[in-house]
Amino acid sequence: MIEMLQSGFMQRAFLGGIMVAYLAGFFGVFVVQRGLSFLGNGLAHAAFGGVALGILLQREPLWIAVPFTVVVALGIVWLTEKTRLGADTSIGIFFSVSMALGIIFLSQTERFTTDAFAYLFGSILAVRWSDIYVTAVLVALSVGAWRWWGSWAYATFDRELAQSDRVACLRGDYVLAVAIAVTIVVSMKLVGITLIAAFLVIPAATARLLSATFRAMTLISVGIGVGSVLIGLVFSWQYDLPSGPCVILTQAAAFALAFAARTLRAG
Amino acid sequence: MNVAAVEVEGLEVRLGRHVALEAIEFRLEENGFLAILGPNGAGKSTLIRVLLGLQPPHAGSARIFGRPAGKNPAHEVGYIPQIKTLDRQFPALPLELVVSGIRGSWPWFIRRAEREQAMEALAIAGMDRKLGTPLGQLSGGELQRVYLARSFVRQPRLLLLDEPATGMDALGEADMYRLLENYRARHNATILMITHDWDVARHHASHVLLLNRRQTGFGPAGEVLAGDALRRAYGHVGHAHPMTVEEAGHD
Repeated sequence: MIEMLQSGFMQRAFLGGIMVAYLAGFFGVFVVQRGLSFLGNGLAHAAFGGVALGILLQREPLWIAVPFTVVVALGIVWLTEKTRLGADTSIGIFFSVSMALGIIFLSQTERFTTDAFAYLFGSILAVRWSDIYVTAVLVALSVGAWRWWGSWAYATFDRELAQSDRVACLRGDYVLAVAIAVTIVVSMKLVGITLIAAFLVIPAATARLLSATFRAMTLISVGIGVGSVLIGLVFSWQYDLPSGPCVILTQAAAFALAFAARTLRAG
Repeated sequence: MNVAAVEVEGLEVRLGRHVALEAIEFRLEENGFLAILGPNGAGKSTLIRVLLGLQPPHAGSARIFGRPAGKNPAHEVGYIPQIKTLDRQFPALPLELVVSGIRGSWPWFIRRAEREQAMEALAIAGMDRKLGTPLGQLSGGELQRVYLARSFVRQPRLLLLDEPATGMDALGEADMYRLLENYRARHNATILMITHDWDVARHHASHVLLLNRRQTGFGPAGEVLAGDALRRAYGHVGHAHPMTVEEAGHD
């Protein structure tokens, strides 16, 4: 255990993991409660397009993926609002286009296998101190997101009621979509694009099973997210397994326990 | 002339190419109780959305206490939506929903003053014994009482209700109208209510507005419900049905 904590890459993994779990746990409650689980998947694939472009341009993929994913997130909200198509349809369109672009970008470069795999499946070894600093800045910025919690929660409960109280719901949607996009991009290296949606969904869904209030759901979601990262990373180190899947399986175990506890309590 | 609680002039609303409302024109004085009647798809909820400032008119105007709808202070209006639209999966307690009416946002912490205010409103609505029951587990009638408490707590001058009796038994419904009437009398409040119940309109409303995309009648309840406007609103223009309780031979 001490050896694990002394290892530089595990220190980075723990720090990065705790921060992204906090972000995903916080924003995940809105994703789950608004029925937007597909948004996590859609934006993760958009992030893949951004990473592929970064690899093609031989730039740091993170710096390309952040604006790329944010633009896609804004596009999804805009298209949903303008066309009154369901959010899942808008997500589906942007998701496919981003993936198609990503595959084309990767087909134009020869060194994609090593770089792209780290982003697709996540790797503790891939997390550098620069990633930790970027994530820390985003966590600091997200403290401001707590100011939005009340209006996001209100609009999630009943959008029309919130609008009648002059809550700027559409502006809130844009801010939330950008925050979720950024959370996904900074989680990529640790969790992997293929599994990142679970990071947003499982802790929040588990918290929903255990909570009578939205405040409790938010706190429990963050707690389960952070706890799963700690346990999952220890497993990952102990058994030399990929970090992302270990964390996700820990989250799934927490969900199964919460479900069992609720079922037993109910009946 | 006094400023009307609600004044609608030449109102037309289009949803895409569909004309949802046209030529709507009425004036309701303060302390009035307006029942809005009409068949499904008549534009009743659209009218409420206009008054809440959520739906901009294509032509004409709607004013609340002299200000354009949506530009008036939010606390002036208490809105009780249809409870069937409620997301019952949202984890919330009655106290939080009532405090949201005070704050205009969802509460993270509830201050002592807010709690006391909310408890008082819940007690008036007869819901102070179910504080710990999640909203998703309340019956339709109980939920409607929580919404009433949420409206009362902000002491609005105008109450907008969209089919408030849905999901209520007869006793609960009678109790709800008693609460509304008490509030109206005590605060000199104005009430606008969508209903499908003509008897309720006759017994409680001072005025009735009949809609079927166009306004087919507006005026004191007794006059409008006794005339031919009901038949026009509900599309029965060619032959007569007993439309009122008296016509049907009941009390």
